[in-house]
Amino acid sequence: MKRASPTRQRLAALGLLGIPLLTYPLIALPEGTLLGIPASYVYLFGVWAGLIALAALVAERKGK
Amino acid sequence: MLAGWFVALLSAAYLALLFAVARFGDARADGGRSIISANVYALSLAVYCTSWTFFGSVGRATSGGLSFLTIYLGPTLMLLCVTVIVKMIRISKAYRITSIADFIASRYGKSQLLAGMVTVIAVIGVVPYIALQLKAVAASLDVLFEQSGHAVFFWGLDSTFLIALVLALFTILFGTRHLDATERHEGMVAAVAFESVVKLVAFMAVGLFVTYGMFGGLSDLFGKAMASPELGRLLQHDQARAGTWTSLIVLSGLAIILLPRQFQIIVVENVDESHLKRAVWMFPLYLLLINIFVLPLAIGGLLHFSGQGVNPDTFVLTLPLARGAEALALLAFIGGLSAATGMVIVETIALSTMVCNDLAMPLLLRSRWLQAARRQDLSGLLIGIRRAAIVLILLLGYIYFRAAGEAYALVGIGLISFSAVAQFAPVLFGGMYWKQATHAGATAGLLAGFAVWLYTLLLPSFAKSGWIGSGFVEQGLFGIEWLRAQALFGLSGMDEISHCLWWSMLANIACYVVVSLNSTPDAMEASQAERFVDILRHGRRDADARLWRGKTSLGAVVELLERFLGANRAHQQLAIYAAGRGYADWQTLPADAEFVHFAETELAGAIGSASARVMVSSVVQEEDLGLEEVLDILDEATQVRAYSRELEAKQRELEAATAELRAANERLRELDRMKDDFISTVTHELRTPLTSIRALSEMLHEDPRTELTDRKRFLGIIVNEAERLTRLINQILDMAKLESGRAEWTTGDVDIGEVVRESMDSLGQLFREKGVLLAGDFPEHGPVVQADRDRLMQVMINLLSNAVKFVPGDGGRVRVDVGCQGGLVRVVVSDNGPGLTAEECSVIFEKFRQGGNTLTDKPKGTGLGLPISRQIVEYFGGNLWAESRPGEGACFIFTVPLPAPEK
Repeated sequence: MKRASPTRQRLAALGLLGIPLLTYPLIALPEGTLLGIPASYVYLFGVWAGLIALAALVAERKGK
Repeated sequence: MLAGWFVALLSAAYLALLFAVARFGDARADGGRSIISANVYALSLAVYCTSWTFFGSVGRATSGGLSFLTIYLGPTLMLLCVTVIVKMIRISKAYRITSIADFIASRYGKSQLLAGMVTVIAVIGVVPYIALQLKAVAASLDVLFEQSGHAVFFWGLDSTFLIALVLALFTILFGTRHLDATERHEGMVAAVAFESVVKLVAFMAVGLFVTYGMFGGLSDLFGKAMASPELGRLLQHDQARAGTWTSLIVLSGLAIILLPRQFQIIVVENVDESHLKRAVWMFPLYLLLINIFVLPLAIGGLLHFSGQGVNPDTFVLTLPLARGAEALALLAFIGGLSAATGMVIVETIALSTMVCNDLAMPLLLRSRWLQAARRQDLSGLLIGIRRAAIVLILLLGYIYFRAAGEAYALVGIGLISFSAVAQFAPVLFGGMYWKQATHAGATAGLLAGFAVWLYTLLLPSFAKSGWIGSGFVEQGLFGIEWLRAQALFGLSGMDEISHCLWWSMLANIACYVVVSLNSTPDAMEASQAERFVDILRHGRRDADARLWRGKTSLGAVVELLERFLGANRAHQQLAIYAAGRGYADWQTLPADAEFVHFAETELAGAIGSASARVMVSSVVQEEDLGLEEVLDILDEATQVRAYSRELEAKQRELEAATAELRAANERLRELDRMKDDFISTVTHELRTPLTSIRALSEMLHEDPRTELTDRKRFLGIIVNEAERLTRLINQILDMAKLESGRAEWTTGDVDIGEVVRESMDSLGQLFREKGVLLAGDFPEHGPVVQADRDRLMQVMINLLSNAVKFVPGDGGRVRVDVGCQGGLVRVVVSDNGPGLTAEECSVIFEKFRQGGNTLTDKPKGTGLGLPISRQIVEYFGGNLWAESRPGEGACFIFTVPLPAPEK
């Protein structure tokens, strides 16, 4: 029997992690501004970019 | 100045360029050198970003703040579920699935009814979305022409209608040029990927221009926005909208797979599964980039045009125009055009395939006209139907635009479509993982969900534009309060999309599950369920062939293929298939189950699985397998797999056992050889003293006149040799007992110091005789260990007598040290004899091996003392070894563990 590949499992785990990070109530947490840019804006794009970077890291890793 | 003819020319040139890209892609595909790489695949997914993204997001941001982002966060999260998507791709490739309708119908027993229903829902659901594209292109043209002061030059015709016609014509030229309808559209994918780049560049350019050209950068824009209470609200999350936020993420996450065009691009057009690994991060990255400047553009537009009533959906164009940047505005227009055309092309091609295969074909197959024209090649007809479907769908889009389009912003229209295709989710995902799901359940679920969507979302959108009465929205159907369309059963306080999603999903899933659990699948459904759910688990061929039983002729099936695929393509596919099965000529192929399965799969690629099933069963006499029989076959297949797995496991165990046995056998042979060696050595050792005893006894016996002194000397030798013989035999017995584990041990507290002293005392005479100095450094009462006193004494005496044998007489020195180290008592017997080489240090512990040169010197011992000593010490958990270098004396060391300290 084939087992799900570790890469796919890691990606799915990232997706599950993303759900609480990108919904209420967490996204309403950051307040104020950062370098003149609203913290909520920075938070959303920051978390999003972080997820993408991690996904790229997991997906493009060779071998194993 | 933006002249009308110039804009028209530019648009035409852009469309021609697209066409060229597609031709190039097709040519490369025909040449066998596909240009669809992982990057192209990832970019083509961005067909998701339509006019909605290009124009509508900014409009949405002016009212909803950051909530426009949900439409892009959902797909990001959904794509990470690669496992689900890979499973869909595998299923689609194995069964030549061509559309989402085909996928669902195929799972639930290749049902024509279900295929038709999914198609109808998809067409009705997606029509608003196409209207959105028309509206966006029309609006962007209006903005450009208004600016240039030209009158609309469309000879009195509605500009939106003309755009619809142009797009239809373009799509027909573009997507249905090929006569063979089964190929993937590689050219189209390439063009879509190209368009994705164009719209990203255009949007980023406008974003940079507005943010850094018209304003002083992001912080300046946000600073100004926060200064005004109205704009500042856009930057705050509103906790009250948490429900909307979540439901939009769910909705868009589903849409990325379920929209017909997304299914087409992600699943049908996928060339290589591994491309997904690139798409999983590159596509979200694309979404992120195209969204960075949405909010700045919205704020910039609101600041710049405050109070002028400019439509926020056109800020992308009006902002550059307000600064006179006409070239940039044109670039933005082209970007918007590419967003719209990309969507329209892929969506209408996907929908036209569905309409052709799942609505038109079933009707045609029943018509008499087709029966009459049996011999005709139908592949041309298929293309014709698809072209007509494209025109029809775009016209429907136009009609919706006239009926309801003006009342909604772009995003509002798009979300209506998203909610419609979300109805496929339970049936699709359930079908992939739940074998019990039945055709009846799927039909019920889809109908219920679709009905709720129609009543709570689509009809109210008509009512909103005044096209139909709005009584059912405001007062409820027939005036019944709890039937109000957007507050069903009194559920209010939600936005209309969340409201629809909640009720339609509830109805959909409930009907799907309850009806599925209360109905029995027929044979076809059961076997399809098995194939879909277990696609990743086993090779699909094993049960497939056995699930079909019937009679047919090769000619009839081939004729069928020729009719729907065209003769050339049919022969080509047949030749490939024949070669795969090892036949030189396809005309010699047997008309067996496997061949019929092949033909049906090929047909499914052209006319959908449901129609293919009907056509194939029309030319073969099939024996109907009952549900029981199908389940038996499937169970059998499952059992066979289980057995073979068990067998494999057994085999592995057997192999391991065999290897162990072989090793044990090897060891036994070694022992046997050692035993033989041992016996011959023992015999040899025993014979030496025996020989001398016998020789001397014979001499005494035969010659009675031997001198008394000689007699005495001989008898002395005989006594000595007999003693040696006894010692040898005792030791051999000892050794045998030790080795077999039958030795008797009396374990108790033993004082090492006492043992050492006693053994030194008992051998003192021997040392003095030879003139060897024996010295020692040990406590009076040394460490106490658990051991057998006599045995330890035996070891000590053996080591000391060995030492005295090898040291030179007069001047020899032997020294004994006792110490404790790390829980061990360590006894060292060192001498200043000739020493041993490193090799000898290990050899002397073997039986009958002695130090010194045994060939020239008389043996000084039995050769069993050290092996016995080592056995004894090891029995008590200690160790015995020698350390020495030639010429530097030898050191024999043994250790015995101290008893564990009492707690």
